[in-house]
Amino acid sequence: MVQPQAILLKNCRILDPANKLDKKASLLVEKGKIKAIFTSRQKAPVLPKKLLSFDLNGKWVVPGLIDMHVHLREPGEEHKETIETGSRAAAAGGFTAVACMPNTLPVNDCQSVTRLILEKAETAYARVYPVGAISKGSMGETLAEFGEMKKAGAVAVTDDGKPVLDSQLLRRALEYASNHKMLVISHSEDAGLSRNGAMNEGFLSTSMGLKGIPHIAEEIMVYRDIAVAGYTGCNLHLAHISTRESVNLIRQAKKRGCPVSAETAPHYFMLTEEAVKDYNTNAKMNPPLRTPEDRAAIIEGLQDGTIDAVATDHAPHSILEKDIEFDRAANGIIGLETALPLALELHRKGHIDANRLVELLSSNPARILGVKGGSLGIGEAADITVIDPEQRFVFQEQDILSKSKNSPFIGSALQGKAVLTLCGGRITHNLLLE
Amino acid sequence: MNSEYLFAHKHILGLDHLSVPDIEHILTTAESFKEISARTIKKVPVLRGKTVVTLFFEPSTRTRLSFDIAAKRMSADTFSISASTSSTTKGETLADTARNIEAMMPDVIIMRHPSSGAPHYLARHIKTSVINAGDGTHEHPSQGLLDLMTVKEHKGNISGLKVAIIGDISHSRVAHSDIIGFAKMGAHVFVSGPATLIPKKIEKLGATVCSSIEEAVTNADVVMPLRIQKERQNDPLIPSFREYATFFGINRQVLQAAKADALLMHPGPINRGVELAPDVADSPQSVILDQVTNGVAIRMALIYLVLGGK
Ligand SMILES: [Zn+2]
Repeated sequence: MVQPQAILLKNCRILDPANKLDKKASLLVEKGKIKAIFTSRQKAPVLPKKLLSFDLNGKWVVPGLIDMHVHLREPGEEHKETIETGSRAAAAGGFTAVACMPNTLPVNDCQSVTRLILEKAETAYARVYPVGAISKGSMGETLAEFGEMKKAGAVAVTDDGKPVLDSQLLRRALEYASNHKMLVISHSEDAGLSRNGAMNEGFLSTSMGLKGIPHIAEEIMVYRDIAVAGYTGCNLHLAHISTRESVNLIRQAKKRGCPVSAETAPHYFMLTEEAVKDYNTNAKMNPPLRTPEDRAAIIEGLQDGTIDAVATDHAPHSILEKDIEFDRAANGIIGLETALPLALELHRKGHIDANRLVELLSSNPARILGVKGGSLGIGEAADITVIDPEQRFVFQEQDILSKSKNSPFIGSALQGKAVLTLCGGRITHNLLLE
Repeated sequence: MNSEYLFAHKHILGLDHLSVPDIEHILTTAESFKEISARTIKKVPVLRGKTVVTLFFEPSTRTRLSFDIAAKRMSADTFSISASTSSTTKGETLADTARNIEAMMPDVIIMRHPSSGAPHYLARHIKTSVINAGDGTHEHPSQGLLDLMTVKEHKGNISGLKVAIIGDISHSRVAHSDIIGFAKMGAHVFVSGPATLIPKKIEKLGATVCSSIEEAVTNADVVMPLRIQKERQNDPLIPSFREYATFFGINRQVLQAAKADALLMHPGPINRGVELAPDVADSPQSVILDQVTNGVAIRMALIYLVLGGK
């Protein structure tokens, strides 16, 4: 990674919804920070002699993308991904920061694991925000040490991968997390209804002979989560929302002022359960891909603000876990390198404008997690993503930087790409010529 | 039959993939093979030098034996590999197991597997023909075909008949293949059983769901109860076999609602006294043993056809 003294991004469309900015301008980065944003009519700042300069010719310059839901697999499952490979994939996808879920081996449920992750992250290609466990070992019994993990660098807590089944535990987690100003993230799933399930329940699961997961398995817990958040008054973030009724519940909850936020993943607004046909394990995840009606509702939720963020739920698995019988295959797909083009697809189809796209992928995740970034304020760290919304490419297995290749989008023609990623002024990804 | 018809399937994965002409062709072929089993010397040389492997990851005596006999009656060499004797228990993947077997150059692999879609997976990974002998709760095509053959044999045709399938529709791969097969051939399929065992949207597969078994059985030409399990993997399905027998079992009284010449079928093995009252199982209406006999003929036809037989 290079850290040039100064970088000048010329002739760009600066999109910074946090500062209500959408204009043609140039942006100067100096010593890792955003030094100036200026239009052609404004007086240019004094440019340093050693300057790396890019003429962007109208490409978008946005605050670095932040993925608030990834699984980096380190420690414990380094054959699937490491902090290094995962962060390289993140940078290539335009992300300058990721929040990594605690379901590693061991679970990130104490300060020493949090520290280990952050030590590894010192040389990573993106900022890594560890998310600690809600319960020790994510076993759903006793609270993990939120305070110590926060001190060590954790930004939020969750038992993601598993739901918190005990509502009292969730209540206590929300209450206790409020002392430490930590976000609680819920993986909303009624484990009884989803038990042994391999895909969405419906005609397709019946005809494929696979045990289905009904949409109510998510919605029942979304409702429970909303109720607990409302009762305690503590912030709760709902991960990977996949169904129509979940969107409705969140919309109603927000209307009455309940402190909930929500994310969805690109596959829920791009794909439906049809993708698992022919027992495609690269379309197997939890929650499962749903119906066209669910997909439409998710898009609506992204439009009207019900869903606050797009997060990938990047879940690398090797062929050992994926190239096997469908019902035995692991849940999850990688997403860091496809999230941006898929979100741009929503934009091209007219579902969301460019500012909303930046909100979903950058400013809202920063705000919800309470981390820096998500804006292009002068003096802030230069976490910047340059997007070429026009560039077309075929997503190919050999180009994937993640250690795992479990993506249903392999072979897909995509449009729009991060062409330059700066993290604190360091170049973490660059497809541009100076 | 259209003289230009060509059976073009290398694998038999399910009835889902077979067209009506395919099914008719398989039935006709099986009918012509059936006579071989009635001879004193029950062997023809059509598949001499061919190797047929049965790869079973679930215990089964009947289906496996039936495929084995079918292959031997056509002079193929047969080899059996069971999950307990194969190396999958040591952590070998299905693909590796299959590639190992393939390296010994068999002509057909007949597989039973507890995972739905496992034969589809196998067919993607190897070049050998694959015949699905039952995959998870998905399909059991040879059983579906032998059921069609048995009904056709007794009734002369399938189209327009009322077929009642009773019991665990959710977990029965036989039911799935039967529903698809009978519906494709123009029969009216009715299913009934405890609502815990009727899968979502089964109507779209071609069945009408009845809330009472009486409704399903009334005026039926074919009545088929399915084998029942009390619970599966922590999922409570029925309270007890006794209660099941009382409310969902096929007994003489229930069967009286069907047509007088209705056929009683069962994919076996039977839980006598649970889904089927003991006296009914042995009634003259029962064609259960014909199903077994026809099973050999159907499996002969399937092996013969995937190997390019006309
Ligand atoms: Zn999750």
